[in-house]
Amino acid sequence: MNKAKSIYRKNPEVSRLLIIMLLWLIFMMFTQAEKFFTGRNFLTMAGQFPEYGLMALGGMLCMITGGIDLAVVGTANMASILSVYTMIHFFGEDGTMPMAFSVVIFLIAVLTGVVVGSINAFLISKLGVPPILATLGVNEFLTGLCIVVTNGSAVSSFPKQYCDFFSGNFLGFIPRRLIVFIVVAIIIWLMLEKSTYGTKLRLYGTNAHVAKFSGINTTALLFRTYITSSICAALGGLMMLATYSSARADYGSNYTMQAILLIVLGGVSPNGGKGKISGVITAIVLLKMIESGINRFRSVSTYYVTLIWGAVLILALVIDYFSQKPKKTK
Amino acid sequence: MSQSLLKAEHVKISFGNVHALRDVSLEILPGEIHCLAGENGCGKSTIIKIISGVYQRDGGTIEFDGKKLEKISPIDAINMGIQVIYQDFALFPNLTVAENLALNTELASRKKTVSWKNVRKIAEEAVAKINFDVDLDEKVEKLSVAQKQMVAISRALMSNARLIIMDEPTTALTKKEVNSLFKIILKLKEQGIAILFISHKLNEVFEISDRFTIFRNGEMVATGSTKDLDDKKFTYYMTGREFNDQIFVPENMSEKPVFELKNLTLEGAFEAINFSLRRGEILGITGLLDSGRTELALSMFGLKPADSGEILKEGTPIKITNPRDAIEHKIGYVPEDRLSEGLFLTQSIGDNIIISEIDKLKKKNGQFDLKKRDEEIKRWVAELEIKTKNPDNPATTLSGGNQQRIVLAKWLACNLDVLILNGPTVGVDIGSKHDIHMVLQKLAKQGLGVIIISDDLPEVIQNCNRVLVIKNGKIRSEYDTQKVSEQMIIDDMM
Repeated sequence: MNKAKSIYRKNPEVSRLLIIMLLWLIFMMFTQAEKFFTGRNFLTMAGQFPEYGLMALGGMLCMITGGIDLAVVGTANMASILSVYTMIHFFGEDGTMPMAFSVVIFLIAVLTGVVVGSINAFLISKLGVPPILATLGVNEFLTGLCIVVTNGSAVSSFPKQYCDFFSGNFLGFIPRRLIVFIVVAIIIWLMLEKSTYGTKLRLYGTNAHVAKFSGINTTALLFRTYITSSICAALGGLMMLATYSSARADYGSNYTMQAILLIVLGGVSPNGGKGKISGVITAIVLLKMIESGINRFRSVSTYYVTLIWGAVLILALVIDYFSQKPKKTK
Repeated sequence: MSQSLLKAEHVKISFGNVHALRDVSLEILPGEIHCLAGENGCGKSTIIKIISGVYQRDGGTIEFDGKKLEKISPIDAINMGIQVIYQDFALFPNLTVAENLALNTELASRKKTVSWKNVRKIAEEAVAKINFDVDLDEKVEKLSVAQKQMVAISRALMSNARLIIMDEPTTALTKKEVNSLFKIILKLKEQGIAILFISHKLNEVFEISDRFTIFRNGEMVATGSTKDLDDKKFTYYMTGREFNDQIFVPENMSEKPVFELKNLTLEGAFEAINFSLRRGEILGITGLLDSGRTELALSMFGLKPADSGEILKEGTPIKITNPRDAIEHKIGYVPEDRLSEGLFLTQSIGDNIIISEIDKLKKKNGQFDLKKRDEEIKRWVAELEIKTKNPDNPATTLSGGNQQRIVLAKWLACNLDVLILNGPTVGVDIGSKHDIHMVLQKLAKQGLGVIIISDDLPEVIQNCNRVLVIKNGKIRSEYDTQKVSEQMIIDDMM
């Protein structure tokens, strides 16, 4: 028991989510075992969460600085629309795209991320705009731009080779979107834990003023952070493109709040200075399991999903409160 | 005056398994100025909170005015005439002086409407008691620290106070302001009000108090008449250690200056500052709070770049427009306010130490060299004798003196040539203060150029070989500390 306690203390953010996950799995075992515990269901889940999972991974970095990135969805749609128009430009609406051209698609996403992230970081670090306003403004601007370019409708006539490939599986069972997610997660883990960036990021988030007094190049740090977040979001957009096989200005519009929920649930402090990638990844997987589990019940409408996510967030915060509550003092 | 006003005996209290007060006694006579001293964490604040009803004691007796008190609630304490002026004054910053003063009376009258005429009258009466000249319609947040304190004192006097407790009232005040505070305290004494004055500054204790009590680690170690106390005894009671303060005498000073300022000017802060600093020297810079001394420090470190003039390092002009430039030229800065400018409080001691040298802790492939990081942390924790069991603990777990050592360690790890310290021992207890002074003297002897900016004149005289006095942004005078008295410096500062 004591050993379990010490493991819990060491990593409370992940532990509390694992407890909730375990309870949920037990519940599913008793109610929907034959529908939920199938390989296919798990593969479906693994193919779906990378879209917003990527947004959460990048947004996590911004939140560790004490900021926030509300422009993730706008960035994602911008990237996917730009990609689609590029495909149409080179190969026509019903041409064939050579697979190697996917590299260009990914480059477009990265470039979109660099541009959007730089704008965010410029507004925040140079003009002193609060991150919540800067990124909200950029998000509205990007969404508006996408609507104007597409006339508000979905673009679905374009070469589908990219979509077919990335909505498919590697070796027949590993979703390729999951592989993209894992690669990005590893890169971010390396940044946070194996490079000096992670330490600087956490310290900056604790107190930006002291960071300046300590000689940290705070402008460069913010540029790096918001650019990384926007690149992640743009890659999330590419995953959405693969799933929906079309691009539209308002796809995934609820993903912004979802990503923030996942970040906070994963134990990242909205005040900055604290956060681990393991927590966020656990939160991503947990919420997908809950969403997918609910969908197995015919009598429960999918409208309940949002409600239950909210409940999970509150539950996690309550567990947190009781596990951190200081011993009673006189 | 044989009967005491407040008599606390064998008071005990513990929080969890921490014994904050083991067994302390405190006796205050009517109308006396009593000084309670002790290092950080000795239980000074705890006893105040027990007397004022915030905490309930676990054992011991408390008498006020001859009556035994079983349980004290904050309201009881106020009704008996006990008023506490905390360090943060507990004022409403967004309200005016008059509103702050009249609020309690107005609330107690239970009227639904406010009579502004009445508010003014109450406030005027309150400030008149201490001849405090202030614009009653000014918002409290716009006042200086000293003025806020006067508002708090005026408020305390409104309710027939018999004992006023002041928790380290002089920490944020300039010398001049301390003097006027002391005048007011003496005036209150004339009116028969007893003052319990919490301080760990030796000179204040001697200057103002009739009697003293000293706590150490939750126990009372001494009490008596201030007349019978001297420097040596005071420090011994406070720390349980004996110190031999060493006067700094520079050794191995370099021939050529390592750091020079030529006509450095920042509009509205300071102008035409010239000085040079050699390796092995400790240069003191002193002046009043608004003399421009802090702005000068910030300019030398690139946080407020100067408008004109030159900074020279080893004889060559350098440009310092941000802290990174300064660090690149091996100049470090220990800021004035450790808590808001010097430390990442909730982060680990280790990260706080290595943050400024972090870019040098990379492997060839750009990865963070975690092994080297741990070695550096271990090295500096040992070198500066930072008292921690585990450097992964957050900086908040340490005392003020040890926190200041972290800030020092952070800069020493950068292998500096010049270290600028602004108020290096503000809010640090005597033991740590002594240790920090010894560290600075040792570093200077090893060839570091040190600049100490401080208005703690004994500190400057003891630890610097030269001192510059700044007034209104200009260098007023320069002295050899061996040949100067505190009074001479004060005369130049004012």
